[in-house]
Amino acid sequence: MKAEVPVQKALPSSLTPQRLVELYRTMLLIRHFEEQCAPAYRQGKMGGYMHVYIGQEAVATGFIAHMRDDDYMVCSYRDHGHALARGSDPRRVMAELFGRYTGVAKGKGGSMHLVDVERGFLGGYGIVGGMVPLAVGVGYGIRYRGGDQVCLCFFGDGAMNIGPVHEALNMAAIYKVPVVFICENNRYAMATPIDFASAVPNLAERARQYGMPTRQIEGMDLLEVYRHAEEIIHHVRTTPEPFFVEVLTYRFEGHGIADNPTNQALYRTKEEVEYWRQRDPIVSAARFLLENGLATESELLEWDAEAKQQALEAVAYADASPEPPLEELYRDVYTDMEVPEWRY
Amino acid sequence: MAVLTYREALRQALTEEMERDPNVFLLGEEIGRYQGTFRVTEGLLQRFGEMRVVDTPISESGIAGMAIGAAMIGLRPVAEFMTFSFALIAADQLVNHAAKILYMFGGQMAVPVVFRGPAGGGAQLSAQHSHSLESWYAHIPGLKVVTPATPADAKGLLKTAIRDDNPVIFMEHAKLYSTRGEVPEGDYTIPFGQAEIKRPGRDVTLIAYSQPVLLALHAAERLAETEGIECEVVDLRSLQPLDMETVLRSVRKTHRAVVVHEDHRNVGFGAEVVARIQEFAFDDLDAPVLRVASADVPIPYARNLERAAFPSEEDIIRAVKRVLA
Ligand SMILES: Cc1ncc(C[n+]2csc(CCOP(=O)(O)OP(=O)(O)O)c2C)c(N)n1
Ligand SMILES: [Mg+2]
Repeated sequence: MKAEVPVQKALPSSLTPQRLVELYRTMLLIRHFEEQCAPAYRQGKMGGYMHVYIGQEAVATGFIAHMRDDDYMVCSYRDHGHALARGSDPRRVMAELFGRYTGVAKGKGGSMHLVDVERGFLGGYGIVGGMVPLAVGVGYGIRYRGGDQVCLCFFGDGAMNIGPVHEALNMAAIYKVPVVFICENNRYAMATPIDFASAVPNLAERARQYGMPTRQIEGMDLLEVYRHAEEIIHHVRTTPEPFFVEVLTYRFEGHGIADNPTNQALYRTKEEVEYWRQRDPIVSAARFLLENGLATESELLEWDAEAKQQALEAVAYADASPEPPLEELYRDVYTDMEVPEWRY
Repeated sequence: MAVLTYREALRQALTEEMERDPNVFLLGEEIGRYQGTFRVTEGLLQRFGEMRVVDTPISESGIAGMAIGAAMIGLRPVAEFMTFSFALIAADQLVNHAAKILYMFGGQMAVPVVFRGPAGGGAQLSAQHSHSLESWYAHIPGLKVVTPATPADAKGLLKTAIRDDNPVIFMEHAKLYSTRGEVPEGDYTIPFGQAEIKRPGRDVTLIAYSQPVLLALHAAERLAETEGIECEVVDLRSLQPLDMETVLRSVRKTHRAVVVHEDHRNVGFGAEVVARIQEFAFDDLDAPVLRVASADVPIPYARNLERAAFPSEEDIIRAVKRVLA
């Protein structure tokens, strides 16, 4: 497959070749992890809603690359890639998808509610836009304590049409909280195209009215995302003020597991998907590595095989993990209070 | 002991907790420069500054979400809803976020936040401003629901709410803000899940919370004076957790009960109390347990219609006589 995206001429100064390779391998891990999901789902190993990140890998990877250990992030239900990019153990992420006790939330959250508190990943949320006000609170908490952390808040284009997001953007600007609002515009909210759903389809332009800097960037190229993310996060950390960035990207697979090719034909053409697949962020990053002498063909193959192996291990680990014990049903409703079991 | 208004008692709780714990901060509409729509937060901006007394735009989802997010990283926000009628805007934040975060993330992230403000009506506020809807919140696993009726309870329960590691829905009542009562000074807290017998009696148990506790006490006084009927008034104080032990002990003594609340009767909190009484004390009952509550209509404006919609002393007296008949 050939990428049409013009190859970046130079690495951003902060990006060492080794770091670039690491990020490339993160994208590979996300891709292989996600590719294991549909088969596992079809085998009945998973249930519920399951949304994969294939095609959008450069976005989470390029932004999260700039997070410090003590920074925070929240995102939507399309959260596998974010967790992996943040360094969560793929085995425990997969175990969560399998509803197992070894999962990142003990199997109680599932695909849509990944979390890694130690890494400042404050969760994936299933109500479109619902976590955007939370990010303002996290940002306010950072300011309150006089810290210089940032909070990254990832959400979809669809979230731009729900009220609380606009309340949150306005409040973020009023209180000058260090939050980066990252709108991953993959052009569709389920089957609804953004240029139908948003009277102003340029979402960065829509956000500009909130009195914070905004930017619209290309999201299919890792280096491009990395470069912008570096500037944006630095700006937010040092100013501080919030920033809204619209990242143009695309999901190659259906919205969720139920959105099969027949359903997808109701809202997008095969040609359109193919056009975007030609811009596969993994292919373009591989090409950059090769053309700049930063990797050999055999290294690329080796890394790919290793990422696949990691994904397969995650599946094996999840599969071998126990389900949560039944006592978990009544645990964690409150921190300090038993919920009575109503059984006769 | 100092005699304070309910409003002053709440303010004292806020002030003491803010002094005790630098993680406590307040946010809400008109709470700072304007001193609070009901003056609960009067003087606090001047005392604690803008960072800790945060005026907000009219954005209930934003307020609630911001409070939850700050709580997730360990602060202890107290968010004020100008009234609980407006909390409906923030329902998704309360129900789908605050209440779920601990559980759905496997117990790893607590949300120590208080949502407080006046609930209920009774001042000709009409259809859109008279809600309490405490049964909605009590219905949601993960939320605690507190409904103080007296200044002392307001102070002691609010301090407990602020120290609690879980989201607490703290429902005040506009008609209570100017009521007075003795309030213990200093570090005075009341645990959740402890109902209080506000008036002992042998004949009928009256179960109430929030402002209707006062209604029940007045009705009990009249019944004692005019009919020699001795009602025991149980103030639930918190609905989640709910102290059924105190209720059942009283019912086992009186064998008769009436539940009083201002929220609508249909699927109101009284239904839960009645269900549990019949489940655990069926054999102790000498009469069906009755409910006195608001009519199942949108609350009307006209003074006479509004009065007829809300529970009254007369309604309670009639219900008591009926369970004794
Ligand atoms: C408030 C709300 N309404 C509807 C849904 C159902 N829903 C889940 S995902 C989705 C589309 C969201 O699209 P977008 O924000 O663009 O994110 P993407 O799935 O493309 O990553 C919808 C409508 C929901 N989860 N929450
Ligand atoms: Mg989308």
